[in-house]
Amino acid sequence: MSTGTTSPIDSATSTIGNGIDYVRTKLEVFEGDRLGQIGLATLFVFLVIGIFARPTTIEFLNLTIPGIAPHDPGERAVGGRLESPSAAHPLGTTDMGRDVLSQVIAGTRVTLLVGSLAAFMAVFIGTNVGLVSAYFGGWVDDVLMRITDIVYGVPFLPFAIVLVAILGNSLVNIIVAIVLILWRSTARVIRSQVLSHKQRPYVESAQAIGAGHLRIMYRHILPNVLPLTFLYAAFAVGWAVIAEASLSFLGFGDPNMLSWGEMIYNVYTANAIREAWWWVFPPGICIMLFVMSVFFIGRTLEEVVNPELRHQE
Amino acid sequence: MTLLDITNLKTYYRAEDGWVRATDDVSLSIERGETVGLVGESGSGKTTLAKSIIRLLPDNAEIVDGSVAFDGTEITELTDSELRKQLRWSEISMIPQNAMNGFDPVYTVGQQIVQVIRYHEDGTSKAEARERARSLFDELGIEPDRVDDYPHQFSGGMAQRAMIALALALSPSLVLADEPTTALDVVIQDRILETIKKMQKELNSAMIMITHDMSVVSETCDRIAVVYGGRIIEIADAETIITNPRHPYTLGLRNAFPDINDDDQELISIPGTPPELVDPGEGCRFAPRCPFAEEACWEVTPEPESYGDGHEVECHRADEVELLQTEAGKKETWLEQEIGRPDDPTADRATAEVESDD
Repeated sequence: MSTGTTSPIDSATSTIGNGIDYVRTKLEVFEGDRLGQIGLATLFVFLVIGIFARPTTIEFLNLTIPGIAPHDPGERAVGGRLESPSAAHPLGTTDMGRDVLSQVIAGTRVTLLVGSLAAFMAVFIGTNVGLVSAYFGGWVDDVLMRITDIVYGVPFLPFAIVLVAILGNSLVNIIVAIVLILWRSTARVIRSQVLSHKQRPYVESAQAIGAGHLRIMYRHILPNVLPLTFLYAAFAVGWAVIAEASLSFLGFGDPNMLSWGEMIYNVYTANAIREAWWWVFPPGICIMLFVMSVFFIGRTLEEVVNPELRHQE
Repeated sequence: MTLLDITNLKTYYRAEDGWVRATDDVSLSIERGETVGLVGESGSGKTTLAKSIIRLLPDNAEIVDGSVAFDGTEITELTDSELRKQLRWSEISMIPQNAMNGFDPVYTVGQQIVQVIRYHEDGTSKAEARERARSLFDELGIEPDRVDDYPHQFSGGMAQRAMIALALALSPSLVLADEPTTALDVVIQDRILETIKKMQKELNSAMIMITHDMSVVSETCDRIAVVYGGRIIEIADAETIITNPRHPYTLGLRNAFPDINDDDQELISIPGTPPELVDPGEGCRFAPRCPFAEEACWEVTPEPESYGDGHEVECHRADEVELLQTEAGKKETWLEQEIGRPDDPTADRATAEVESDD
């Protein structure tokens, strides 16, 4: 990269500069896209809340950043039983006298964790399966697609419930259950897209140029199907969050990690759904907002990887 | 000096009802710096022939027999990775039919040229490769700054030039141009052809120009090979093919193009369609459409016959050249009902379309 006259430091700074420019040009698509901006802003707020939900100590700086949550979400009787919203407890309290606002804030962490991890892993697996399957075709395609078919035949909830019952209800197991089901749709869609792309002239050009299989798959075809991958990643984040909420609502959540779904489960088991609206709505609305924000972002991201869309103005 | 030597090449496609003989027993040799045109209808096998040279064939195609020697290397025996690293693009490059789709839409044209250069020439820096891409653009008449544009931002003619830039980036010894100007209008066509010729002269590259346009080959090629039914039925220097062809099919092809000096000339087309290449059997493949077909044409496959100066013709009646040339100029000769095997009611008029390889 560096020519004779530039020092390593120069080239390093220029690399960093180029990197920043690159990110900036990629983010330009959010300009003038209201929904994308709203999605990005919402996600950012959730991110900040999730990261700083509880007091964090950075040891080598000897610094403790106070948490956003006013109370410990698990602490009982910080207020009265089932108190409606007041200045002291803006979102009221639960049947055990816990602060609902603190619980919602603490629940953001679980959502972010499940959403990002499960979606990333599912889309990663799905994209690779789809790519390999379509690109090589033949028996590779047959084997991978029959596996996908089998996974399509597995209903999510019973599968997840059995898995969690056997392996124990920890957050990791919930994520595993979600990933094992979620990759299938990405695999199918990416496969069909790659099938079309591998017949296109640019792939033949790449072959003529002397590119090998890996290079054609990952440097030529993959960037062309990335918009779909992003879209499915966004879907997957939303879907994973909903799946986690459903599992928790059914009582298979991680008892040590309070999530929004688990909050609704708690309302339900406390028989308080009809009276304690302040306890049901916040987690419900949060789930909705979060899923919505990732969908908005996914929609905008389509343009990043598709230069043709970007220049159509 | 012979650069490429194809001998008795047979490339077949597996189809449900047998082998499609898209290239059947073709021999052709090309000198360094020479331009050879492959002319023929769609489905005649000219693209298959060219793609066999760099083994860029679909999965159901197979080089069944024959040899392709490039500069002494037997291409049919190379492993995939040897072929990739040693020959593809660095020695043999390709200008595809539709340049717009030949580029990967997600990279800028410059990035793609840089990638190609750096992939084949280890140790070339990005900046150097970029500089070369810019100077190539300049030579081909494109604004050098446009290397940073995406393919869809180019017009058809410009994309074709950029494709030529990509094809010539590594100064290959052989360029396969697959109908490089078919998608362009006539004015641009002419300029592109000129550019190709100029660059080719500079680099002393040989070229195989695939086209169905007689005017294109007559302008650019040193030699012309007429392809019909998977075989080269006539080959000679461009001058001879245009003015003194011997094969009825070449005569017919020539008829199908207008002569600007002759107002009264009626275009005469060859009736029928290219033959189906699944098990064509014995006999001349053009016989079903040939107004001059005799008994022997239906029974015996003609062998290439030499008429001096590298002029080779596969036709039983090529000796009666005067008769053929006079008769072929008349419209009555090519009327459909006059053609076909008269005494054989079961004659296969070969109407089925061949699987197109374009």
